[in-house]
Amino acid sequence: MTALDTFLFVAFPYVAVITFVVGVLYRWKRKGFTVTSLSSQFLEGKMLFWGTIPFHIGILVVFLGHLVAFMLPQATLAWNSQPLRLIILEGTAFVFGLTVLIGLAALMYRRFTNPRIRAVTTPMDIGIELLLLAQVILGVWIALGFRWGSSWFAADLSPYLWSLVRFSPDPSAVFALPWVIKLHIVGAFALVFMVPFTRLAHVIVAPLNYLVRPYQQVIWNWDRKAIRDPSTAWSAARPKAN
Amino acid sequence: MDVRSQISMVFHLDKCIGCHTCSVACKNLWTDRKGAEYMWWNNVETKPGTGYPGKWEDQDIYKGGWEKDGEGIRLKGAGKPKSLTNIFHNPHMPVIDDYYEPFTFKYLDLIESSAGDDQPTARPISMITGEPMDIKMGPNWDDDLSGSPDYARNDPNFANLTDAEQEAMFELERMAFFYLPRICNHCLNPACVASCPSGAIYKRGEDGVVLINQDVCRGWRMCVTACPYKKTYYNWNTGKSEKCILCYPRIESGLAPVCMHSCVGRIRYLGVMLYDADQIEAVASADEADVVQRQMDMILDPFDPEVVAAAMANGVADSTIDSAQKSPTYKFVKIWNMALPLHPEFRTLPMLFYVPPLLPVVATVSEADHSERAGELHDIAKHWPDSWLYDTTTKELFGTIDDARFPLEYMASLFSAGDTTAVADRLKKLMAVRLHRRLVTVGDVAKETVDAALADTNLTPLLADEIYYLTSLAKFDDRFVIPAAHREQAIEMIEFTGDVKGNTGFGFKVGSAVRGA
Repeated sequence: MTALDTFLFVAFPYVAVITFVVGVLYRWKRKGFTVTSLSSQFLEGKMLFWGTIPFHIGILVVFLGHLVAFMLPQATLAWNSQPLRLIILEGTAFVFGLTVLIGLAALMYRRFTNPRIRAVTTPMDIGIELLLLAQVILGVWIALGFRWGSSWFAADLSPYLWSLVRFSPDPSAVFALPWVIKLHIVGAFALVFMVPFTRLAHVIVAPLNYLVRPYQQVIWNWDRKAIRDPSTAWSAARPKAN
Repeated sequence: MDVRSQISMVFHLDKCIGCHTCSVACKNLWTDRKGAEYMWWNNVETKPGTGYPGKWEDQDIYKGGWEKDGEGIRLKGAGKPKSLTNIFHNPHMPVIDDYYEPFTFKYLDLIESSAGDDQPTARPISMITGEPMDIKMGPNWDDDLSGSPDYARNDPNFANLTDAEQEAMFELERMAFFYLPRICNHCLNPACVASCPSGAIYKRGEDGVVLINQDVCRGWRMCVTACPYKKTYYNWNTGKSEKCILCYPRIESGLAPVCMHSCVGRIRYLGVMLYDADQIEAVASADEADVVQRQMDMILDPFDPEVVAAAMANGVADSTIDSAQKSPTYKFVKIWNMALPLHPEFRTLPMLFYVPPLLPVVATVSEADHSERAGELHDIAKHWPDSWLYDTTTKELFGTIDDARFPLEYMASLFSAGDTTAVADRLKKLMAVRLHRRLVTVGDVAKETVDAALADTNLTPLLADEIYYLTSLAKFDDRFVIPAAHREQAIEMIEFTGDVKGNTGFGFKVGSAVRGA
């Protein structure tokens, strides 16, 4: 156990998650104007389709898979107890990992070659895309080279992550893992760390509220029932639209 | 009865001269910033023509507005299932090439070029990439190009016209056009609000202005698809959508919106109308043929004591009710029945109404028979009968309306979901007022003719004079009756209205440096 390992697998995860929570809350509440999907479809729409659709669908499935192995390690292990089912799971993970990689490659190609998209690209966009690319390549590599990776996740990583959640970090199992997987873990926390500072912030504003709200929205800046009531004191606080 | 007040507008198309002063005033005040160069919250289109963005009225392409769904309605290209499944890539969204790539010129080259043999030029450069570009489209690119094959013939409103009728419209001698100024309609059933996944767009309860909260907008762009009038625009620089705000800081202080204030032809009227919000859903879901009349019916009489009491119970201010009683738009739309909404079949219940243009009607051209003089005339010479221009003596007064250079079907496609009688009724009123004034000022029309025309359109000489006054002589305060927000309430409504040029949207200043950070 080196000091670097301890930093990367004990300290950094906490730093990343705290930064994520504080940063995201601050940006959402105080800098709402900067929270946007920053869509560039308006400038170029056709090629975007072939990048954004595989990327987003792939990354949703892959994220969900990681979440299941984290939340339900025993079920994952039980599923993987038969080799055929293990191969199905790993195959699926690999295919969707590849989908993400293809989508991301298409998006990056578009970003670097289209002059209009270059005009709305910041250095941070390129930085976060490179980080994502490295992370996805590592993930696909793991799916290809370590075909029992999902069981590993359930047996070793899930207890480690839960130990972080319980504030009694036990990274010993992680130290023994191959460096590819170690890098993938660090990359994951690096992505979490970067969310508040990049365009990734749009993941926190997925518009699920749309499903439950009525279609039409009318907002009164005055309380229309109280406004004619002389006994009502004027509110000192400005009502906030939305 | 849920009585609410709505700031509504009337544009008198007979008076529009197509000068674009409104567009320029709006551009200078609100959209002269990076990412907003292509936005024309107010634009003026030549009709027949394709408009801005090209063919915006064709919802088979753009999928805007509402469509009938059984007893109710649903959004055509957005809505809860579609907005969420299309969230990664919106298949029905116009891109910048459907508008135009904003450009400027390298003026500095004219001054700073080194001495040489040739004259320096100011090359056009893109305002997106900064690179030299070839200009393919620009604002008002189709201005006055009504007869041209690229624009007039692609007008989506020709769908209901026969080929012969279309050809007749493009004969050189019959060719005509009129201008259609457009801003956000501040609809009662806005499709943009309904389509917004973030819930950033809302209708203001106090005056019905539809606004986008820039802090809540996440740039999903469903409003751009959903608005059938294509009056929400995506700012590619800030990643937010923007739209006409009806100059609400001006309205709150009792001033007319800048497009209306600056209107050279004085075609624009703005005033309050009270309506029954309980009826919105039923009216928007009505049969296509009934939508216009049902929308007129949901506008309430501000003099009716019951309506006034219900309005007061609902928190509508006294000054607003007073304005509703003096409202010029209420007169045009409800009392005189002279105005129609644009494309009511989109079912958004727009609150901007148009008085349809009569002008091409009176200029109907009928060719004279000049066969007797065949020898002395050149082959291409054409002669018109002397009476063709203001043929006010004809017995078939309204016959000319049916033979108008614009077929009634064309007007009906624009203003009444295909109902030609609705358009004809309004044109007849315009004609009757003209005849009445002709009798008063010139006197060369038979009084019986005028009386018949007035009777036929349910007008009296007094009413006709009122219409004439508000059409031709109205002063500023007659055209704009705006209840200023009460000072104590206005402070609550917005924190800061002293916005300066270059602001992001309005209210705060954020440069483009934050993009992506």
